[in-house]
Amino acid sequence: MKIILNNRKEEFSVPTLTVNEMLKIKKFSFRMRVIKINGVLIPRDKYETTVIREGDDVRMLYLMSGG
Amino acid sequence: MRFSEIETHLGKFRVGIAGAGGLGSNCAVSLARCGVGTLVIADFDVVETCNLNRQYYFADQAGMLKIDALRDNIARINPAIKVIPHNLKLDESNIPTVFKSCNVIVEAFDSNDMKEMLIETVQLRMPGTPVIIGSGLAGWGHNETIRSRKIDDTLYVCGDESTTAGDEMPPMAPRVSIVANMQANTVIDILMKK
Repeated sequence: MKIILNNRKEEFSVPTLTVNEMLKIKKFSFRMRVIKINGVLIPRDKYETTVIREGDDVRMLYLMSGG
Repeated sequence: MRFSEIETHLGKFRVGIAGAGGLGSNCAVSLARCGVGTLVIADFDVVETCNLNRQYYFADQAGMLKIDALRDNIARINPAIKVIPHNLKLDESNIPTVFKSCNVIVEAFDSNDMKEMLIETVQLRMPGTPVIIGSGLAGWGHNETIRSRKIDDTLYVCGDESTTAGDEMPPMAPRVSIVANMQANTVIDILMKK
């Protein structure tokens, strides 16, 4: 499937992925982040069950401590 | 546009500030200087001497609640601004009430767990309200790594998105206030388009 990940085209060899599977494939290991898929925020407890599909627009940012 | 017109326009709006530490105190002061009419500021902490390396407080305010000290400091800068202080720890249940009818919310927490909690709560329970996040501001130097990014109409992030504050990489006035003022600048930009 082809998706958009942070405004860049990204291609995966499988038809769908859960959020957790995508993070693992991309080796995004830092834990604190915000993910939105097609404008909808995905809470962390939904990473295992939320499915990313062809054409999805995935946006991600990292949350660093300090303020 | 003249500043007097800008100030009159900004006077109509209400901005929520979640946390009155380095990001929140500096951001609030900038918004007050620009004339943002109402600032809803939530924090439960007191001013400590070790905060003064970056937070908009004074040595003689040590021991005061941050919300009281910040309200006083804003009143000295721009008495026309209405400050609504909340002495509480923000959580999933009180955020929608505390920040009800705010046009924009500034995320100004220290810990990334609290940042995540606020973002999830506002995005899921206050749809349409923009949140401006501060993420990555520890240390010094590296001006070129600090940036501001729009994720979408309701989510913006300011900071380097990579440095974590700690004992060996403390948050310090220059980078903290750069990020706080990027957040304030984003708020103004959103409000000026309304």
